[in-house]
Amino acid sequence: MSDLLHLTLKAARDKLRAKEISSVELTSAYLGRMEATTALNAYITATPEKALAMAEASDAKLARGSGGPMEGLPIGMKDLFCTEGVQTTAGSHILGGFTPTYESTVSAKLWGDGAVMLGKTNMDEFAMGSSNGSSYYGPAVSPWRGSQNSETQLVPGGSSGGSAAAVSAWSALAATGTDTGGSIRQPASFTGIVGMKPTYGRCSRWGIVAFASSLDQAGPMTRNVEDAALMLSSMAGHDPKDSTSANEPLQDLEAALAAGVKGLKIGVPKEYRVGGMPEEIEAIWEKGVAWLKEAGAEVVEISLPHTKYALPTYYIIAPAEASSNLARYDGVRYGLRVDGDSLAEMYANTRAEGFGEEVQRRVMIGTYVLSAGYYDAYYRKAQQVRALIRRDFDRAYEQVDAILTPTAPSDAFAVGANEDDPVKMYLNDVFTVPASLAGLPGISVPAGLSARGLPLGLQVLGRMFDEATVFRVARALEEAAAFSEKPALLDGV
Amino acid sequence: MSLDKATVASIANLARIKLPEDRVDPMLKDLNTILGFVEQLSEVDTDGVEPLSSVTGHSLPLREDAVTDGGIQDKVTANAPDGFAGFFAVPKVVE
Repeated sequence: MSDLLHLTLKAARDKLRAKEISSVELTSAYLGRMEATTALNAYITATPEKALAMAEASDAKLARGSGGPMEGLPIGMKDLFCTEGVQTTAGSHILGGFTPTYESTVSAKLWGDGAVMLGKTNMDEFAMGSSNGSSYYGPAVSPWRGSQNSETQLVPGGSSGGSAAAVSAWSALAATGTDTGGSIRQPASFTGIVGMKPTYGRCSRWGIVAFASSLDQAGPMTRNVEDAALMLSSMAGHDPKDSTSANEPLQDLEAALAAGVKGLKIGVPKEYRVGGMPEEIEAIWEKGVAWLKEAGAEVVEISLPHTKYALPTYYIIAPAEASSNLARYDGVRYGLRVDGDSLAEMYANTRAEGFGEEVQRRVMIGTYVLSAGYYDAYYRKAQQVRALIRRDFDRAYEQVDAILTPTAPSDAFAVGANEDDPVKMYLNDVFTVPASLAGLPGISVPAGLSARGLPLGLQVLGRMFDEATVFRVARALEEAAAFSEKPALLDGV
Repeated sequence: MSLDKATVASIANLARIKLPEDRVDPMLKDLNTILGFVEQLSEVDTDGVEPLSSVTGHSLPLREDAVTDGGIQDKVTANAPDGFAGFFAVPKVVE
């Protein structure tokens, strides 16, 4: 039975098509694994009955030879995607009891292509966080343990922490994530999996609970680069229901995976050598450079002068957009209501009880930077700096085809750490936020282990709508790194 | 620029978040930490820089101003914490 868990998405797809295995068998194996790993709290809502019904339907289709590209493949769905008839919480108390009456575009596309839903994965509340620690449903836990202190529970990163925990613990074959400032890439780095944030506009935002609308983007979280390409092909596509959805055809990613990096020019931004960066992060980055050179790429140093301003820019723009998006949680149309003596009091009571601390902080900051008298000094200023950050990238891409950086400034930290100071938590996204602000595609690929025996990822960034080059470079890194380490939790599985 | 207690109370009111007295000081401290962090943007010269509001450069599409769905009142109100005869219900607003 557990042999089934060893299959990648692609391998499972091929075996399903060849009728060597059935989707019910594969799905049952994952449901069993979910049961065995409930301590990781990777799922907020498990949907075993729905999973088996979907698997049966997939088997019927496969028997007729009419299966879709994801037919019969069991995946986790981040609990930020609205799923018709299945509770959707966004990790927040304020959406308690909310059962959507419609399906998000991305999840609908995956089900339409035959994917099977195992459940809704845990996440930081409203996708605000880098540890999964702000979830109302408790933190998701990484299956990894450090070699020095195996008792300490580690975070899977965030905000897509449940998806990362599920994929790395093999309680999902793959999972969806969303990334606003690094929420796919950082957890992928922490858990030794692949996480891909496509170009802004590539995947429809319709039906995804909104955090910061000019930044939010959905993407795949998988065991390897090929699986990410396969899954992204099902998730991406133009959607008239999202006015920022791009009408740009996705390139042939399968061809990209086979193309190699010979002749590509890769940039290494000098400003990413931030002070205090751990030596092992620097070392893994150097390794990445060497691997790409060996594979035939030319690596050059580039400059992205406004890099250090990306995080402060993000922490104005994202909270501003969040404060506006989260205005809809008023205790009237869905979710929690806490009564009060007046309508205004009901709003204030509902939002005080329904939003956790980090969400309240961000709504407050956003409200402040958008308020009369401060808009120009903060919000407009941040949008101007955002333009400069984008210009840095545009200039760099006149010289290079892709950019290589570390994904995160550290390996995974302990559950509960970095919670004393909000800015300390924000620093996790120092390498991922710039590309988010610029709208660029990026991927995290597992590259090696830290001294503590924990995964470290490398990030590849590409031009707007050039996912193909990102996948080419990612595949080359993956081949060279040959990362095959597994968390101890998988011993004997 | 740092906030004072009165400003924090006023922001909480604008954000419609009830902030109990014992939460004002911790919130003040956190907000000032965040504002102190973003303050460094003031050192960037942005004279004449057009603010970036769309990363794709695509203009927003227009469509015909027509009803594209409807007749789903039950679906729209299905999750309401309180409702009456197909409407959302709120605490009494007019005496």
